[in-house]
Amino acid sequence: MKNNLIEVRDLEKYFEVSGGLFSRNKSIVKAVDGISFDIPFGSSLGLVGQSGCGKTTTARALSLLDPKTNGNVNFYNEETSSMQSIDELEGDELKKFRRNIQMIFQDPYESLNPRWNIKDIILEPLNIHNIGDLKDREEAVYEILKTVGLTPPENYMPRYPHELSGGQRQRVSIARTLIMKPKFVVCDEPTSMLDVSIRISIMDLMLNLAKDLEVSYLYITHDLAVARYMCDRIAVMFNGKIVEIAETEELLSNPIHPYTKRLISSIPIPDPSYKRERYELDFTELDSIIKNNSNNDPMVEVKDNHFVATHDIKGIL
Amino acid sequence: MNILEVKNLNMSYKTIDGEVEAVKDVSFTVKEGESFGIVGESGCGKTSVAMSLLQLQADNGKITNGEIIFDGRNIVGLSESQLREVRWSGISIVFQGAMNSWNPVVKIGEQIREAMREHYPNKTKEENTTKILELFEIVGLDSAVIDRFPHELSGGMKQRAVIALALSCDPKLIIADEPTTALDVVIQDQILNEIRKVQEVLGLSLIYISHDIAVIAEMTDNMAVMYAGRIVERGPTKEIFANPRHSYTKSLLESTPSVVGDKVKLKSLEGEPPSLINKESGCSFAPRCPYKEDSCNPSLDMELVEIGTDHYVDICSAGKS
Amino acid sequence: MDKQKDIATKIRREALKKNWRLFRRSKLGMLGLYIVTFFLFLSILQPILFITGIWNEGVYDPVVGYSEQFQEFLVVECPKEYPTEKYENRSDCPGRTEVNIRTLFYSDAQVGETIIQNLQPAPPSSKHILGTDSLGRDVFSQIMEGSQVAFVLGLLSATLGVGISTILGTIAAFFGGKIDAYLMRQSDLILMLPTLPLLFIISAFAELQVWHLAVVLGTIGGLGGSVITIKSQALQVKVKPFVDSARVTGGSRMNILFSHVLPNVAPLALLFMVFSVTGAIASESVLSFLGLLNIDMSWGLMIYLAQVEGFIFSGMKFWWLILPAGLSVTFLTGGFYLVGRGLDEVFNPRLRDR
Repeated sequence: MKNNLIEVRDLEKYFEVSGGLFSRNKSIVKAVDGISFDIPFGSSLGLVGQSGCGKTTTARALSLLDPKTNGNVNFYNEETSSMQSIDELEGDELKKFRRNIQMIFQDPYESLNPRWNIKDIILEPLNIHNIGDLKDREEAVYEILKTVGLTPPENYMPRYPHELSGGQRQRVSIARTLIMKPKFVVCDEPTSMLDVSIRISIMDLMLNLAKDLEVSYLYITHDLAVARYMCDRIAVMFNGKIVEIAETEELLSNPIHPYTKRLISSIPIPDPSYKRERYELDFTELDSIIKNNSNNDPMVEVKDNHFVATHDIKGIL
Repeated sequence: MNILEVKNLNMSYKTIDGEVEAVKDVSFTVKEGESFGIVGESGCGKTSVAMSLLQLQADNGKITNGEIIFDGRNIVGLSESQLREVRWSGISIVFQGAMNSWNPVVKIGEQIREAMREHYPNKTKEENTTKILELFEIVGLDSAVIDRFPHELSGGMKQRAVIALALSCDPKLIIADEPTTALDVVIQDQILNEIRKVQEVLGLSLIYISHDIAVIAEMTDNMAVMYAGRIVERGPTKEIFANPRHSYTKSLLESTPSVVGDKVKLKSLEGEPPSLINKESGCSFAPRCPYKEDSCNPSLDMELVEIGTDHYVDICSAGKS
Repeated sequence: MDKQKDIATKIRREALKKNWRLFRRSKLGMLGLYIVTFFLFLSILQPILFITGIWNEGVYDPVVGYSEQFQEFLVVECPKEYPTEKYENRSDCPGRTEVNIRTLFYSDAQVGETIIQNLQPAPPSSKHILGTDSLGRDVFSQIMEGSQVAFVLGLLSATLGVGISTILGTIAAFFGGKIDAYLMRQSDLILMLPTLPLLFIISAFAELQVWHLAVVLGTIGGLGGSVITIKSQALQVKVKPFVDSARVTGGSRMNILFSHVLPNVAPLALLFMVFSVTGAIASESVLSFLGLLNIDMSWGLMIYLAQVEGFIFSGMKFWWLILPAGLSVTFLTGGFYLVGRGLDEVFNPRLRDR
């Protein structure tokens, strides 16, 4: 039983939206409405859902890009061998902490500074955190370029992002992310903008590096097939809440929540002879049931490590 | 009856870096009521093929060779006014990202009527409106949408409206170029369902273009796989999935993860598609081919060869033996 | 690692070549470049001619040179009424080679005699390609001097202005809030100010020299509308994923501002710089023309002198006092503008038609 790297409890992120030019009403959009999950060391969790469900907001909150509104996020502190809340971190401690969290972005074209060359892009984290001397840093860049498959490294280091393909750019992002050997990497759909035939190579690279460096991933995606390939566990989000969370194969073979069933049954199968049965679901009904569940019941453990949100199970189970 | 026959279509673009051969020797046929899929990745030429069919390619693009025989008539080389008759009332298209190209200041119904007025100048506004409402019912849109502005609709609704627009002039053939790319998988499922329903109800022929091989598997009767501007394999969908013969098709199938079945180790392709600028002839997939054999000679000319019932593969002369 | 440097230089050179090719495609840009290069050449030519001794400074210096041009003049008496059989209208008398007896104060010459006088301003001749002005100074030399002034003034004020607006715009975008609000209001205020009248007022209080003008123009330009445009560009850069990436990695705000945002705003700033040079040169000409600038020689000054001495109203009789200077202003400002247009095509890929 591994230790938990991250424990998230009742995470909330609200946005205030003004009602218009002449309206004084400010409505609140609950992008993330009380979610909880754990990620053990060296394991990966997939966060799956449709656009607007809150998965990207969760990712940004966990990578400390945007501050959360409420809730607890605890990380394992190696020095004290205990879980520590990120709220307690400030200034230099916070900066040191950032060494352990990195993020890989979706758009290979916009996630690298177009005016920097590859060497500087990968050097940046080492420079910010003052690791080693210049020679050590350049060697580290050289080595990591080899690891991510951009060889020979001398050909890539002086180049600029616009000279590389999408797949190569994502490899650079991965190199930059992993050069600090972080413990936790948030991946925001890193392969969705790449050609289908090269996605696997990027995903395999990430899986191998995860094993070698004992990195945990939070993998955001809308594609369940990709989540299946990358993750040990999957959490399904809908309208800011996690409706079901379980180990990957368990979730796919025994989905319980109606939204999960609908999601899985909507995915086209690359086999013309497969008869796909769609699970019908009335979305407005689901939405109103969830809205009425204002007391935030905790999720119910239906099977070993398989949790489902309770709000409408009462009608279904 | 063949509604569309494409024979040896060649199309290229002139750019400052050279001539880009976007479509090379593409041939296929679509029967009445059939659904034909074209699958390929970025830069393979599938969108260029779609544009060529309606001769809507960019100003620096030109069809350099080939015939496009629609309903018995070759439409290559027709004048602009003749083409306008074919567009929309013969062949219509749902573009990639079409749902974002609605005019934001005009109501949906009015925009569709505008298209109908071009082709049916004698119909009254009431007749057009009735027709639009019928189409809305087929695609699953509420009748109130006819008086809404685009920003009042969700992505899925806008896309359904685009399909209604494509159907508004009773075309015989619809080309759908990645119609569901930006949409959620649940909405994609609904829309694919509606497209199928539309096809059955109206007896339409459909050309479905996508990079998602799973969608092609579910939506099409026959399909073609494109790579670097050429068709590398073509035939009945079931046959191609069961017996993929071209290395690229095999690689594509082997790199697609699925949510059903056993979890398999997938294989990936290295490198990227070749540049189409001033390309030499010969096998363009050779640099990345994981199934190279000793007899493989990449500089030989390629052609489509029938290897099964209606099943064609692009092979070089060495491979034929 | 040396091999790296070689590859790096090679790649840098290729990138430059590609940008150059793109710029070359713009006919307007190339035309502008030719024009600007021509005037640059003129600026450099003058000191070279002096240093190498081809030109005698005593004669050709644009400010204190003096060239004697003696010519015979016929003494005439200009009639009171026109037209007469000899002269069409008033400006025809005295003719180029004649002198009105009423203007001869220190000579005993009578009507009908010829006297020898200094011909100033002298028309173009083999010694002076563009002739001389009323003080015997070579006009071509003056044009070259004016070219130097235009370049120095233009580039100085443009650099200053762009520097200020880039920093202010980026700060406004980055820090937002009250700083942003203040900077935007300041920018609006400056936009409302009419530059030229403001310069007139300033010149009434203080004796403006070229340097002063450059600083004033640069500052006003820098605090004005370009701040808003640069800010909007910086805002776009601020939300790009690579900035997020730097934040997640732990970069400080200042670090991100200078190493990520600023370099991506720079191309736009460069464009502004080129365009603001034209405004600077034009402003100088106007001020000199109105006699408000304390400057030894410039194109505007040349036209000012021509006007003050009455030569402007003589029609085309003394064209070399007016046309070269006027055309120089027009062409150089036009040239910079065209270069800006050409650069726009390089930096803004959407304008390219493939």
